Amino acid sequence: MGFGAAEWDAVALSLKVATWATLASLPFGIFVAYVLARYEFRGKQLVNALVHLPLILPPVAVGYILLSILGPHAPMGRFLEVVGLPVAFRWSGAAIAAAVMGFPLMVRAIRLSFEAADPKLEQAAASLGAPPMRVFATISLPLALPGILTGAILAFAKAMGEFGATITFVSNIPGQTRTLPSAIYAFLQVPGGEGAALRLVVVSIIIATGALLVSEMLARRAARRLAGS
Amino acid sequence: MLTVDIRQRLGAFDLTARFDAPQGITALFGASGAGKTSVINAISGLSMPDEGRITLGDTVLFDAKSGINLPAHQRGIATVFQDARLFPHMSVARNLGYGRRYARTPLGEAEEARIIDMLGIRPLLDRRPAKLSGGERQRVALGRALFSAPRLLLADEPLAALDRDRKAGILPYFERLRDEAGLPVLYVSHSVFEVARLASQVVVLGAGRVIATGAPADVLSDPALLPDGDREAGALISARVVSHDSDGLSALDAGGVAFFLPQVPANIGVEVRVRISASDVMLARDRPLDISALNVVSGRIVGFRDGGEASVLVTLETPAGPLFARITKRSVAAMALEEGQKVFAVVKTIAIAKGDMAGD
Repeated sequence: MGFGAAEWDAVALSLKVATWATLASLPFGIFVAYVLARYEFRGKQLVNALVHLPLILPPVAVGYILLSILGPHAPMGRFLEVVGLPVAFRWSGAAIAAAVMGFPLMVRAIRLSFEAADPKLEQAAASLGAPPMRVFATISLPLALPGILTGAILAFAKAMGEFGATITFVSNIPGQTRTLPSAIYAFLQVPGGEGAALRLVVVSIIIATGALLVSEMLARRAARRLAGS
Repeated sequence: MLTVDIRQRLGAFDLTARFDAPQGITALFGASGAGKTSVINAISGLSMPDEGRITLGDTVLFDAKSGINLPAHQRGIATVFQDARLFPHMSVARNLGYGRRYARTPLGEAEEARIIDMLGIRPLLDRRPAKLSGGERQRVALGRALFSAPRLLLADEPLAALDRDRKAGILPYFERLRDEAGLPVLYVSHSVFEVARLASQVVVLGAGRVIATGAPADVLSDPALLPDGDREAGALISARVVSHDSDGLSALDAGGVAFFLPQVPANIGVEVRVRISASDVMLARDRPLDISALNVVSGRIVGFRDGGEASVLVTLETPAGPLFARITKRSVAAMALEEGQKVFAVVKTIAIAKGDMAGD
């Protein structure tokens, strides 16, 4: 079972895209989750719906929306190109598509754990003199850690498997935007490509299972720390 | 000194509170729904009153007129909550140290060590809050509040979630705080027994108003001010421990009157507070002889008040201080009791036992 350069390229690219997508969206995910969990404000339902939109829209539609906003002919896309951060038909575009698609999963998991953390502990920290940012960093964030890990791993797994939005937004260019799912799709389009496709499917399963196991382990360890042993 | 003068509308509830909390323990006392929580939320900065002013020493915490409303973390008010609220992801030592970096004048190592020893929590320092008992948690919470070197300590029903024995275990720490430190403490409670034992001053809240302010002995003897009304009425008497006798009784002296109580947990010569519930006092016209009750006090009737449920609350003046007796209307008529009359109050020994002094 030989593994060709094209296959390695796809695996390496997918890992890179998924890692960047996860890390770059995590701060936003934490922020949005905290705001949704802790504050009541006008338009909260709208924000909530917007966050969940990628989960319920067809991925191709999300890809098309991204293309219309960040594509080479859109003002925002042209601006990014001018400042030296082109995303259209680049791996960075694939990372953006993956991040957008994984965002709802990430926010849901993190929000749940912020909601489970007792806001009374935050009040107690403030009564001891800690300013709000410090309360967030030392109380809210550590208490939500299991949920943050879960959210990050879910988003990573989603990014590894993202296909529809990616192929619509950044196409399927070998070495640039041909991620694992796109490669599997491409191999299946050519005669005799089944072998390579199967190998990539196996790799996908291994990576996804590994990510899940690691997240379970980390989450359990974090939960144990909170339980105090 | 804390000075509170606020008005706040909360739905249909209208709160008007005006009082001072000087050095020592000021008990904020009242039934649930009287507005205690609203008052402490305003003081700690969790809610904003509509009108008025709150000052702590020379710092204005809140002033509606000039629009000052200091955020909670800048007020220098540490709170001991009913549910401890220790940080579950930190050891006891880190919980204690949490507020240290925000303290205006950090305590220093020696003072911190003294607090740890006073609270008896040195063996717990490496443990997680989940591994502590309810009483241990409250002690750590008290220590954590003190470590932040607050200018006011708010204790919000700190013992309400504990059973009787644990309460008795923590009350002495608050007593020491009252007697040692110059720190003003605002102690919120609905328990007559805690207030009787701890407070140097009592502020009684009822239906969103301050209905009385004064010394515990005065306030707690007026059934009209107590959350459970006449049911809880009783006198608060200060007595000195004279001896611990071999049969398990301790002899106390209150203004020349001898009282006998089972095993008072205080050294000889120490002044303790004794609460005598009105329901545990009987009256006799002549000195009763050959009865099992040990404590008989002579006194003069100075007043009658309706005690509810066919009973009368009789106020007596005795050398030990004012006493109350709750007896039936029928007895009052049968004995032809009237103001100015000399009577003997029979206090059942068991009525002034440990429980009434240590909390309930």
